[in-house]
Amino acid sequence: MSIVTVQLGQCGNQIGHEVFNAICADVHGTHGLCSKKENESYHDACMERFFREEESEVPVARAVLVDMEPKVISQTLSIAARSGCWKYDDRSHFCQKQGSGNNWANGYSVHGPRHKEAIMNLVQKEAEKCDRLSGFFTIMSMAGGTGSGLGAFVTRCLRDAFPTSFILNHVIWPYGTGEVIVQNYNSVLTLSHLYQSSDALLVHENDVIHKICAQLMNIKQISFRDVNQVIAHQLGSVFQPSYTAEGGSCYSRNPLGDLMETLVPHPEFKMLGLRNIPQMPENSLAYSTFSWPGLLKHLRQMLIANAKMEEGIDWQVRPPRPGFSIPSSHPTNKPLHFNTSIANLVILRGKDMHSVDLGSFRDPSLYTSWLNPQDAFNAWKTPRAFNKYEKSASLVSNSQFLLKPLDNVVGKAWNMFASKAYIHQYTRFGIEEEDFLDSFTALEQVISSYTLL
Amino acid sequence: PASLPFAVGQCGNQVGCRFWDLALREHAAVNKKGIYDEALSSFFRNVDTRSGGDGPDIYKGKICSLKARALLIDMEEGVVNEILQGPLRDVFDSKQLITDVSGSGNNWAVGHKLYGCQYQENIVEMLRKTAEHCDCLQCFFIIHSMGGGTGSGLGTFVLNLLEDEFPEVYRFVTSVYPSGEDDVITSPYNSVLAMRELNEHADCVLPIENESLFDIVNKIHQMTNSGKLGSTVKPNSLVTSSAGSTKTVQEKPFDAMNNIVANLLLNLTSSARFEGSLNMDLNEISMNLVPFPRLHYLVSSLTPLYTLADVNVPSRKLDQMFSDAFSRDHQLIQADPKHSLYLACALLVRGNVQVSDLRRNIERLKPSLHFISWNQEGWKTGLCSVPPVGHSHSLLALANNTCVKPTFIELKDRFMKLYKKKAHLHHYLHIDGMEQSCFAEAISSLSDLIEEYNELDATKYGPGTDPPRLKIAV
Repeated sequence: MSIVTVQLGQCGNQIGHEVFNAICADVHGTHGLCSKKENESYHDACMERFFREEESEVPVARAVLVDMEPKVISQTLSIAARSGCWKYDDRSHFCQKQGSGNNWANGYSVHGPRHKEAIMNLVQKEAEKCDRLSGFFTIMSMAGGTGSGLGAFVTRCLRDAFPTSFILNHVIWPYGTGEVIVQNYNSVLTLSHLYQSSDALLVHENDVIHKICAQLMNIKQISFRDVNQVIAHQLGSVFQPSYTAEGGSCYSRNPLGDLMETLVPHPEFKMLGLRNIPQMPENSLAYSTFSWPGLLKHLRQMLIANAKMEEGIDWQVRPPRPGFSIPSSHPTNKPLHFNTSIANLVILRGKDMHSVDLGSFRDPSLYTSWLNPQDAFNAWKTPRAFNKYEKSASLVSNSQFLLKPLDNVVGKAWNMFASKAYIHQYTRFGIEEEDFLDSFTALEQVISSYTLL
Repeated sequence: PASLPFAVGQCGNQVGCRFWDLALREHAAVNKKGIYDEALSSFFRNVDTRSGGDGPDIYKGKICSLKARALLIDMEEGVVNEILQGPLRDVFDSKQLITDVSGSGNNWAVGHKLYGCQYQENIVEMLRKTAEHCDCLQCFFIIHSMGGGTGSGLGTFVLNLLEDEFPEVYRFVTSVYPSGEDDVITSPYNSVLAMRELNEHADCVLPIENESLFDIVNKIHQMTNSGKLGSTVKPNSLVTSSAGSTKTVQEKPFDAMNNIVANLLLNLTSSARFEGSLNMDLNEISMNLVPFPRLHYLVSSLTPLYTLADVNVPSRKLDQMFSDAFSRDHQLIQADPKHSLYLACALLVRGNVQVSDLRRNIERLKPSLHFISWNQEGWKTGLCSVPPVGHSHSLLALANNTCVKPTFIELKDRFMKLYKKKAHLHHYLHIDGMEQSCFAEAISSLSDLIEEYNELDATKYGPGTDPPRLKIAV
């Protein structure tokens, strides 16, 4: 089954392009470290998922590119074509001239309805070219106007037009300090609307990836391209083919469905965080070896302590032990700083992953009480190494990972809303104070739900 | 997206002329193949003149003849005629000009009421034609001075027209404010009358003061003539210089100052024209920097002012550029944003600068700046890959900051000095459509604006507790 990627706005298009790059490079790389047969299976599964094969040409990405101004799409199309490895369909893009001015209302209420038909036509065309459609993967930032506002509108349209397909929104959380002044408003509006139409939101925070670039990748002058490449690597580590069933004989045909099934048991809880280790500069790879127990130990502690990367993990944080007395006055009855999960998915890529012991992730104390821990944890594996890493482990987690960032964004937006600053810019395009209040209410509900885990 | 600059009055046209010259220079430096591209289409049409005269527009392919998307309006002929006889004559055609003979006599009422009425149809006609040629018109720029009659009066009349005819298109105004020693006695009247129009009808105003431009020119002059350690400045890197452009004649006294303003406009629109990793369009500037409709006055600063030519002298560190943008002597009005209250701040960086450089400098500078409580992280940033001519990188900072207040208060004081004595009022009142109430309304509008800034300043040292969050029933 295939995934149609919808790239929205400058961020969405810049990242989408890096994702296809990373996937292609991985598939054509010689570091698979597995049998030829395995490699071929992997290659075929990947192609079906993300590309269409056109005769005698390079594979064409199953993607629709949308932006309200032309520069980024034009660049993205040409850089991809020059790669010689893959390309976009020249007709599979929609753009305008004006941009959305960082205005969510402009993206959602003006551009959305105005261009709905044209955009959905492109999506329909792409969907029809899939033998079987697994669902949609949208890439957008929350901070701007197009990715966020138009992105939220398009997601709703996707839900209406494809009620049985899965929709996964990849959402970029902007830097805490300044990319866009109204980013918190745009974020609140985006998240609350996406929550209604989307199956799950997979989040990447710019601040976190930036730290990874600085501390793990040793990049001196970090550019958005560097950030996007790390994000693309992490996404690739989730979406490249893997065996989802224990002892499965073929690569999963339904990546999005499998993801939703394992991670989103309840519609109130849709926020997914992603961790991937190890992460290091390419030229260090040859000199490093890792063991699965070592990697998993780190990954588990990153989960428990809500660490953003494999350095600076707080090893003091422990899951609560049964019988361990906690003052009953404590609201959540769990130790502070402990990250409670609803569901977790670990993906292992590389040699010798058959023998790996994942018992530590099945520990019931990691999870909230209302799910059976057997159902709450899943593992996907493949012996085929990913993107030159001899072994790599990813964790997709539906847990309190994003609680604090969400709370921060809502808090700042609320603060600004209390002074009514910038509201006139939104009402100009049809988003009223009431709409803001609805969004705030919806998100406070989500925050409350996650807090009470 | 296309931008349409209007130059109105003598000052406006002199600045405008520098702007077009430097714009051509900038595009020539970037566009090596002579192909008419998206970047050029922002400010220029490509016209097929082979059959003589004004042929059809060519949207792709080689550059044939570039025509500026511009409107030049003046009630005297001198400045516009000079432009039409100079090296830029082929960039404009007669259908983009409106001139008259006698000028406005430094009288806002003559410019706004008399000439406004007289030329309204012409202007609308010209506007419509020029707009038709634009694929997607995003923004109007009005360039004018506040102290005279034409730029001030007719300029603000045009502003009104733009709002009526094209309400969706953003209106940015670059206004040169008169200094205290301005030799036009009635400049306070003209300025305050014009300010009312700016309050009501502009989306964004970039106030400029001649004193600041003058100080910058002097500073550069000192630097280049001090002969420090034999270091020389790259000639076309000066923010004040016309080097490399079409100007071959001796530079006129205001040229250096006008070049600064021209560079301001080029930098402001750079991200809309050229590519970058974080684009910043003009509508984004308005969206992020104007939290309340009337508070749309943005203090601008440009750095660097020059680049050293000698490669052995270490170029000024990147971080120094950021620091300079916040220093008093780089602001284009006599103001000190560092010691006042920021409502919002935008940084538009050009050249080889990455997001980590931006972040590092914002973190570094933040502690010394005061941001209003509800916008503590109020930074809007843009990264454009193409640097200006002669530089490897540059920075334009736009601040919505209460430091504009003193400028307005002084203006009000100068106005009141004249108004109390009713000095020169009769020159205005005898113009058809002009009444005493116009003056009263104008000064009232300015007072209200000052009061809004006062209220914001009052919050600066307040206790600042966050408003309580919504409570959800569990």
